[in-house]
Amino acid sequence: MTRKLGTLAILLAVLFVGFSGNSAQPVADAQDGVTELTIWWAEWDPANYLQQVGNNYEEETGISVTVVQEPWGSYFDRVAAEWAARGDSYDMVVGDSQWLGQGVEEGHYLDLTEFMTSEGLAETVTPATLQYYGEYPAGTGQYYAYPTEGDANGWAYRKDLFENPDEMAAFEEAYGYALAVPETWEQLRDIAEFFTRPDDGLYGVGVYTQIDYDAITMGFENVLFSYGVDWADENNNVFDVVNSEAAVAALELYKELYSFAPPGTDNAFFAEMNDIFINGQAAMIMNYFAFFPALDNPEINPYRDVTGYFAMPAGPDGDRFAALGGQGISVNAYISEERQQAALDFIRWFGQEEVQAEWAALGGYTCNINVLGSEEFLNQTPYNAAFAETMTFVKDFWNIPQFGQLLEPTQRYLHSYVVGGEGTAQEALDGMAFEHDEILIEAGLVEE
Amino acid sequence: MSQTTMQGPTRRHLSDRRVIQLFIVPTMLLLILMNIFPLIYSLYLSFTEYSIISTTAPEWVGLQNYRDILSDERFWENFAITGRYALYSVSLQMIVGFGMAMLLKEKFRGSGLLTTLILVPMMVSPVVVGVFWRNIFNPSIGILNPLLGYQNLETSPEWLVEYPLYSIVIVDVWMWSPFVMLLALAGLSAIPDYLYEAAAIDRASSWFQFWRITLPQVMPLLIIAVLFRTIEAFKQFDLVMGLTGGRPGTETVSVRLYREALQGQFETGSSSALAYIVLVIIIAISNLYIRALNRVREA
Repeated sequence: MTRKLGTLAILLAVLFVGFSGNSAQPVADAQDGVTELTIWWAEWDPANYLQQVGNNYEEETGISVTVVQEPWGSYFDRVAAEWAARGDSYDMVVGDSQWLGQGVEEGHYLDLTEFMTSEGLAETVTPATLQYYGEYPAGTGQYYAYPTEGDANGWAYRKDLFENPDEMAAFEEAYGYALAVPETWEQLRDIAEFFTRPDDGLYGVGVYTQIDYDAITMGFENVLFSYGVDWADENNNVFDVVNSEAAVAALELYKELYSFAPPGTDNAFFAEMNDIFINGQAAMIMNYFAFFPALDNPEINPYRDVTGYFAMPAGPDGDRFAALGGQGISVNAYISEERQQAALDFIRWFGQEEVQAEWAALGGYTCNINVLGSEEFLNQTPYNAAFAETMTFVKDFWNIPQFGQLLEPTQRYLHSYVVGGEGTAQEALDGMAFEHDEILIEAGLVEE
Repeated sequence: MSQTTMQGPTRRHLSDRRVIQLFIVPTMLLLILMNIFPLIYSLYLSFTEYSIISTTAPEWVGLQNYRDILSDERFWENFAITGRYALYSVSLQMIVGFGMAMLLKEKFRGSGLLTTLILVPMMVSPVVVGVFWRNIFNPSIGILNPLLGYQNLETSPEWLVEYPLYSIVIVDVWMWSPFVMLLALAGLSAIPDYLYEAAAIDRASSWFQFWRITLPQVMPLLIIAVLFRTIEAFKQFDLVMGLTGGRPGTETVSVRLYREALQGQFETGSSSALAYIVLVIIIAISNLYIRALNRVREA
């Protein structure tokens, strides 16, 4: 009887394995205990693409991946609340680069240094993205996130206007050089001025001005960085840095650009930028690359066939920088070791070149060096070439835990001057530097 | 046969007091949990340095948060903006709302439908109203400037840039005057006809009737309307964020509170202190109105 039962059990096991076929791995993983993973991200298209990639992971491993999406406006609030509770509602979070300081210093993010370096994962992504999405503190080689959605500011422009022979001749006559994609901010300013024709309902440029969160700061820092200025020097001193002559020149140029923008863009961010372009109101717009897919859709953008894209122009000394967007994926430090290992396994799988190529094909902005340089990627969309170029010169705002405090006066002073027209650029930057200094002193990052 | 069996099983009856307790206790518990505890806890937090997203415990700082707020020029500016906004907005709502009520006091064909239509704005979500009016004010695509006769974009006003606070007031008046109208209509319909008949016999002028009958009779409800609208004006947040994003010149106390408490800063201690200052101001203003209301009633 016992022998019969034993034979039956073996038969059943053989049958089960036979029917399972390729799904032997899921059984093994399920036995390990982790059968699902939860990723938190903001509510936008790339999160849907990540969900599709996650579905592939489930097919391969049997571990399901759920990407929980939260509207951008409340995304940080939700993550911050979970941090405060030291919660384990998520396994991985695709967080903004500015969150790194807080995530690391308060112990919310798992240290990925060993994981990223021992298996060479760190070397698969562009150095700039690794630095800004994953490294904290800067320059230490300590990593807490894998660069996931690379993004930065770029430009879309109307090729039909730029390549119109009459326009080209008129521009050359007025400015003394040929009308083409601008190579410097001064050229961009000239082109914006040239195409500003209120009587025709056409304006030269659209720039970020929104005060609600960080938009005007992100827009302005494109110019600021390219003018050779950072938010502080290496010792975190802000005086004679953010209010230096070069910074004043950068802010004056940004205000000038706003004067060539369509009326009503006084609180504008990515949606408004695309709107004014699609409406035919602007010859050029700045925007994050993540929002350019809409412009490549003929059902949305009537100028789709004549829309071109270019990377940030250079400053007076040839410096080129683009404000960083995008996010890296981090592992929750408060989940069990078993779940942390499962999360790392997912990131390892996600970081493979073929998966990154698939991620890019879906619409995700990969940071993988090889994929970014591949002909297939460069020709996949009309903006990918500009994106790949931009990813080599991105730069970010503060990412220390006090970034929120630093952001508030930055937004306020920039908006007051650029949109409100209050005071001078020097006064705005002096006020901003003073408040930044106070915050940094209180944080112990600068001596009083 | 035992006595118990003869009398049948005894049924326990709940006393009235017990029933009351059974109904009230859960409500009280809920109230304590959702209202009283947060109120007391936030009062405690207002005397501490604390960030809700920090892993460090609240640190007692006494009155420091209150001192910082009351000595900060920017906070005074926030209070001044809120005060100006409340004054303009509530005054205009009273005039427009009461005016509409006077016009709709007499029944005419379609007056019911008209009254209902006038009430629609206050039923719409403030965020939707914000987006809606932002488009109306937009100099490029909005309809306001063309309606006012502005045809040239260069000379058209940029309402949300040049007159941001007044723009918010306009939207708030559009949205909430119907509320004042509704209360005023209730008051007007309750005035006995014989008062007007007696005044007519005495050959009182229309102005006299309005001044000595209509206004005093409807005044208690108008004061209640002022009270509600003033409290709401001091808490104004959604329309401001929807229309101007709380840019300088329109940063009301509530917008500042939101920024301190939630937007990137998470200064829970000082934002609790600010919330209590706002609460004290609202209670003080409410008291003034309630006293005025009592005086009117006694008169």
